[in-house]
Amino acid sequence: MGIINMAHGELLMVGAYATYGMQTLFRAYFPDAIDWYPPAAIPVAFFAAALVGVVMERTVIRWLYGRTLETLLATWGLSLVLIQSARVLFGAQNVEVSNPSWMSGGIEVMPNLILPWNRIIIVGFAMFVLFLVRVLMNKTRLGMFVRAVTQNRAMAGCVGVPTSRIDTMAFALGAGIAGLGGVALSQISNVGPDMGQGYIVDSFMVVVGGVGQLAGAVWAALGLGIFSKLLEGCAGAVIAKISILVCIIIFIQKRPQGIFALKGRFVE
Amino acid sequence: MLNTVDLFEDDRPEGSDGADQMGQFVTGELDLSHGVALYLEDITVSFDGFKALNNLNLAINAGELRCIIGPNGAGKTTMMDVITGKTRPDSGKAFFGQSIDLTRLTEPEIAHVGIGRKFQKPTIFEQHTVFENLELTMKTDKRVWKSLMAWLAGDERDKIAETLRLIRLDKEADRQAGLLSHGQKQWLEIGMLLIQEPKLLLLDEPVAGMTDDETMRTGELFVSLAGKHSLVVVEHDMAFVEKLGGLVTVLHEGSVLAEGDLATVQNDQRVIEVYLGR
Amino acid sequence: MRKPLTIRILSALDKKSWLALGVFLALALVVAPVLHLNFPEDSALHVSTYAITLIGKIMCYALVAVAMDLIWGCGGILSLGHGLFFALGCYAFGMYLMRQIGRDGSYGADLPDFMVFLDWKELPWFWVGSDSFGWVAFLVMAVPAVVAFVFGYFAFRSRIKGVYFSIITLALTYAAMLLFFRNETGFGGNNGFTDFKRVLGYTITSSETRLVLFGLTAVMLAVTLVFAAWLVKSKFGRVLTAIRDAESRVMFIGYNPLWYKLTIWVISAVLCGIAGALYVPQVGIINPSEMSPGNSIEIAIWVAVGGRGTLIGPIIGAFVVNLAKSWFTVSFPEYWLFFLSLLFIVVTLMLPQGLVGLWKKLMDKKGAAAC
Repeated sequence: MGIINMAHGELLMVGAYATYGMQTLFRAYFPDAIDWYPPAAIPVAFFAAALVGVVMERTVIRWLYGRTLETLLATWGLSLVLIQSARVLFGAQNVEVSNPSWMSGGIEVMPNLILPWNRIIIVGFAMFVLFLVRVLMNKTRLGMFVRAVTQNRAMAGCVGVPTSRIDTMAFALGAGIAGLGGVALSQISNVGPDMGQGYIVDSFMVVVGGVGQLAGAVWAALGLGIFSKLLEGCAGAVIAKISILVCIIIFIQKRPQGIFALKGRFVE
Repeated sequence: MLNTVDLFEDDRPEGSDGADQMGQFVTGELDLSHGVALYLEDITVSFDGFKALNNLNLAINAGELRCIIGPNGAGKTTMMDVITGKTRPDSGKAFFGQSIDLTRLTEPEIAHVGIGRKFQKPTIFEQHTVFENLELTMKTDKRVWKSLMAWLAGDERDKIAETLRLIRLDKEADRQAGLLSHGQKQWLEIGMLLIQEPKLLLLDEPVAGMTDDETMRTGELFVSLAGKHSLVVVEHDMAFVEKLGGLVTVLHEGSVLAEGDLATVQNDQRVIEVYLGR
Repeated sequence: MRKPLTIRILSALDKKSWLALGVFLALALVVAPVLHLNFPEDSALHVSTYAITLIGKIMCYALVAVAMDLIWGCGGILSLGHGLFFALGCYAFGMYLMRQIGRDGSYGADLPDFMVFLDWKELPWFWVGSDSFGWVAFLVMAVPAVVAFVFGYFAFRSRIKGVYFSIITLALTYAAMLLFFRNETGFGGNNGFTDFKRVLGYTITSSETRLVLFGLTAVMLAVTLVFAAWLVKSKFGRVLTAIRDAESRVMFIGYNPLWYKLTIWVISAVLCGIAGALYVPQVGIINPSEMSPGNSIEIAIWVAVGGRGTLIGPIIGAFVVNLAKSWFTVSFPEYWLFFLSLLFIVVTLMLPQGLVGLWKKLMDKKGAAAC
C-alpha cells in the first residue's frame, strides 16, 4: 500500500502484551485452565493489535497514502507512542510470560538435538496463518478489493470499491497478524516495551523481498533468518547481524526492487 | 520569423568540451560521413515475454525529418527509450552516426553526444522559473565543479533571451514553470531541447494539447530545423504529420510495418488494417 | 566572464540575512561571554554554564540539521543515517581527547582506560597519530567523507531512491552501532569515551575553554550557513533541485545525477563530522547510542519541524525541538516521548513546510524558499 510501517514491531509488542494480559486473567480467575491461555490469547491479541492498527490508520496513515517517506517518519512517531504507552501501563521492565505445560519440553531427535515443542507449534502456527492470508487475499472478495486498491486506487474507487474502508480493513488485518506474531513471540522471548525495536531489522527484509510482495517478504525473512542463525553459530551474534546488514546493503545495490520485482514498462 | 538555424548553430570546435572527469563522457566523436545519423538494427526488447520491440530496423539520415506513427502499443516510446539509453535492448545494434554505440552509453552520455528528447508528457522542472529551466539545459559543461562555479556570461544570457522570444515565453521568464499552461509547457520543453543544441531531436507527441495556431508554428519550427539537425517526431495528429512532409514510418507490434511518404503509407492495405482493425 | 569569489559569496545572502548573521555572531562571541564571566551567579544577567553548554550543544545539532537539509530539502534524499556521520566525527575527535587524558586516567597508564581494562598492551593501528590535533582534525572530516563516498557511490550508482535509500542508510547506521558496541572494535564498547580532561592542553571544563568552544561552534554554524546558501544559489543547487523534481529529465539533458548527489552527500557528511567534533568536547561523552536509528530519525524531525528546503528552518527546528527536550526531560520525563512523537505526526500531517512555512503563510509571503 505504499506504507513502510516502522511501528510494526510495536504491533508485535501489543500482541505480546495481550498474551500477558490473558495469562494474568487466567491466573486470577481460571487457575485450573491456565494451560489453555495461549489459544484464548490468539483472538484477543489479534483484535487488540487490529484495533490499534485501525486507530493508527484512521488518525494518521490515512492522510499519507502515496507519501512513503512521510509515512516512515509518522509511523516512527507512532511507534514511540506505543513504546512509551507500554512503559507507562506495564512498567519499563520486561514482564514474564510462561509456557503452558504442553508446550514445554520437546522431541529428542538426536541425542544432543532437542526440538522444543513451543518452537514446533509456533512454526505450525505461522504456516497456518500464512495459508489463511493467502486464501484471504486470493480467494475472497475482500482480498480482491485490497489488490485492486493497491494497484490503482483511483480506478478502484471509480468502479465502486469503498477504498477508504478497504484501506482500514487491510491495515487492521496486517496489524492483527502482527498481533498473532506477538502471541508466538511471547512464548519464546522476552516481553517488554522495547521488544518491537529489535524488529527494525525486519523492515529491511520487506525491502529485500520487494515492497508489496507477500511471497518475497516470506522468502526474504526465511532466508535471512536461516542465514543469520548459521552465521551466529560460527561467528557470534553481533558479527552475524552486522554481516546480514552489510549483505542487505550490497544486495539492494544489485536488485533495488527486491527478489520478486515487478517488471515491465511501468516500473520507474 | 524563424531564424533559429543560425541561432543554434554550433560555433565552438567539436569535442572541446568532452574531456572526462572521473571517467564520465568518454565517448566518440559524431561521425556523419556516410549520411546516416541514427541506425537501429534488429532491436528486440521484451518485458516479461511481451515483445515491445521485435527486430526493429530503422535508419535516419543526417538532416532528415522523420515521422513515426503507429497504434497504441506499437513500441514508439520504447524505441525512444532504447535510443536515449533508458531501456537496454535484449539484442540488436543502435548506432549514432558511424561510430557511437548507443547501447553502451548511459543517459547523460547520450545526451552529451547530441541526442535530445522531448517526452510525451511535458517534463519540465516545475519548481524552477522558465529562465532557470533554459539555463539548466543550455549546452555547456555539465560536470559538478563547473556547475558549482558557474556564473552566467553575457552571451549566455543573450542566448536564453533569444530562445525565450522564439518560444514566446519572454514575458514569463521569471514565472515558476509549473504555473504555465499545458501548451506553454510544451513550448518550454521544445525551447529546452533547442538550447541543448542536439544533433538529433526525438519528439514524442510534441503538439498534444496545443491550439491550432501553436501547432502551426511548431510545424514551421521543425521544418526549419531539418537540414541542420535530424528530427524524429512521433505523432498521432495526421494533419500535423502531413504538414511536416518527409518520410513516414509506421510501427506495429514492435517492428516497421511500412515506410514512405504519407500518401503512400495511408493507402497501404496493411496499414489500413492495423488502424481499422481486422 | 568570471566573477571574483568575494562577490559570489556576498550575493549568497541578502542584506537582511547578513545583518541577522552579524547580530547572531555578536551575541555568541561578545555578549554571551561577557554575561557569563562578568556577572555573579545570582545576577539576573548571568548566563549559566548550563546554558552555555546547552546552547553550544544545540548549535552543533543545528549544524547537523543544516547538513541534513542540504541533502533532504534540496536534494530530496532522505537520509536516516546522518547520526552515523555525526558520531564518526565525535569518535574521531574523541580519540584525540582520550589521548589528551594522558596518565591522569584511573589506571594512570599511557593507554586509555578501557584498553587497560581489556588488557591491551599497545594502541591499535587506527589509533596511531591520534595524539596529533592536526591529524585528528583531518580524520574528523576524512572518515565521514570516505564512508559517505563509498556508500553513496554504490547506492546512487544503482539508482536507489526514496524510501529504499532511507532504509539502507538506517541499516548502515544500525550496523555501525552494533559494531561500535563491541569492545573488540577498539572504541570503548558500550561506554564509549568519557572523562575527558584537556583539549590542546587547556582544561576542558574551565569557563574559558567552554566559551572558546561555544564561539567556535557559532562561527562554524555561521560559515556553514553562508556556504550552504551559496551552494543552493549556485547552478549546482539548481541542478540538484532539478534532480529532486525530475531525475530522469536531468539525465536526458546530459547531467550525470550520480556525481551531483554524491557531492552533496559527501559535503553533508563532512559537515556532520565537524559538528560531531565540536559536540564531543562540550558534552564530554560519546557512546554508540549516538548511532541508534532513533537519533538519525530525530535529525529528520528537526529539519521537518523547522521547514525543509529553507536553510534557516532546520536551525530553528533544531533549537525548538531540543529546547523542548531539555525542558521536558527535566519537568515531565515520561511525557517527552509522547511530545516528540506528537511532533513527528503533527509535522508530517499538517505542517509539510514546517514552522518557516507556517510563518510565511501567516505573513502571507510568497514562497521565497531557498531551494
